Formats: sequence, structure tokens, C-alpha cells
Amino acid sequence: MSVALEILISLLLFAGACFALVGSLGLARLQDFFMRLHGPTKATTLGVGSIIIGSIVFFSSQTQGLSLHELLIAMFLFITAPVSAHIVGKAALHMQLPCEERTKNIPWPTDDTDN
Amino acid sequence: MTNLTHKKTLFPHKLLSLFMLFLWLLMVNSISPGQWLLGALLAWGIPYLTQSFWPQSMVLSSPLLATRFILLVLWDIVFANFQVAVLILGSRQKLQPAFMKVPLALKQDFTITLLANTISLTPGTVTVDLQMQEGYLLVHSLHVTDIDAAIAEIKRRYEAPLKEIFECSTP
Repeated sequence: MSVALEILISLLLFAGACFALVGSLGLARLQDFFMRLHGPTKATTLGVGSIIIGSIVFFSSQTQGLSLHELLIAMFLFITAPVSAHIVGKAALHMQLPCEERTKNIPWPTDDTDN
Repeated sequence: MTNLTHKKTLFPHKLLSLFMLFLWLLMVNSISPGQWLLGALLAWGIPYLTQSFWPQSMVLSSPLLATRFILLVLWDIVFANFQVAVLILGSRQKLQPAFMKVPLALKQDFTITLLANTISLTPGTVTVDLQMQEGYLLVHSLHVTDIDAAIAEIKRRYEAPLKEIFECSTP
């Protein structure tokens, strides 16, 4: 395997790890439940995406012929991640979890009047 | 639209069959003739035997537009990921989260699902609720300055192409 390929794969893995980290940071840092919901759903898209591309490049260079079955991971994640986010969000809506005060258009009656 | 007593047809879901063949080839990670044959057999057999469970068959009226839409969404995911990364790492006090009601022009369950998932996949917005009676999606956005503009953007960017791809041919 050439050095250029190794650098490319390392960069892809590094980028993926960075986005996963940012997603986790979002989960830890943001204030209310709905904002935290954004962190993990994002980490799964570009974070896992870059790692998968890295994996495809690595295994395609190791063996002859393309190795594309990693794409299935991305595909199933892309199908399932929004669904789980939706279910969790819907449960939160139902329970009317506390929102950050700045949130506009909170869909249930709140104490202040910007409803 | 759901017709429960429809007769069995030989190829009930052509798109699904194509997708299953593709899925099979990826799963076995090989494109040898034997796998093509086995995949084709499964891709035909499974939709054929389970066709009465599927309420409606999907019609893709414009494959070219569909490809363009997928590329657009992928590009948006990459681009918006950077934006959201900046938002998360930046000052928390500057964030302006909001709930948005996106009115739906789409009619079919499948297309609405696709739209909701697309909105969730693009960073910064998550679909949290669907109101079928009143016909809107409730979307939570991490940071939005102009709510009306954001709603119009979603409708123009994602809903309009989806409507054109899947629903134009249906009466």
C-alpha cells in the first residue's frame, strides 16, 4: 500500500473521529433535550460516513476488487437514525420536557406568552 | 388507493426488486454470475410472495431527478455538518432554537416518510412530530434566525423535488 493511500485513509479516519467527537460534545454541552437530540444524529451521518469510506479504501486496496459492503452500514444507519430520533423526539414532545427559554414556537402552552 | 383484493402480478414492486438485488450483491460482497442469479431470484421471489402485505407500489417517475436529489442531500449533509460543528463548539448563548411547523404538500405516506427522514438527516434540523390531520411536520431546529425563510427553504429544496419524483405520475 502506497504512502499516499495511507495518508488518505488516516485523514478519513481522523475526520470521522472528529465528527463523532463533535457529536458527543453536542450531547454533553447543549442545554435542553431537543437541542441535545441534534448531536448524535449528526455524528452518525458524517462521522460514520468518513470512517466507512476509509474502510472501503483500505479493504479495496488490500484485496483485489472493490469491497463495498460497508456501504450497507451507511445505508442502514441513514434509514434507522432519523426514525429513532423521531421516536425519541415524539416521546419528549408527549412528556413536554422543559425547553430552553429562548426556543421559539414551543408547541405547548408555557408560562410566558411567546406561544 | 389501497386495494386489498388485487390480483397477484408477476413483478409487483419493480423498484423494490432492484433495490433487493443491489442489497444482496453488497451483502455477499461479490458480483460473480452465481450471486447475480441468486440475488435476482430472491429479488423476484420475496416481493412476489409478500405482495399482499405492501399497501402500494412505488412509482419513480424520474430516475434522473432522484439521483440529483440524493446527491443534493448528501452534499447538504456534508455542508451542514460543518455548520452544526461550528454551532456546537461556539457560544451556547448565541443559539436560537425553534420549533417550526412545515405544512405538507405531499400526500403519500412513503414520500412523507422520505421528507421527514431527509430533514432529520440534514444537520441542524430534526423532525419530531407528524400531524396527518392538520397536515404538517413539526421540526426542531438548533439555530434559526428567520423561521419563515427556513420553512420555505425546506419546502423548496426537499419537498418540491420529492413531489416531482414520486407523486406527479399518480392521479
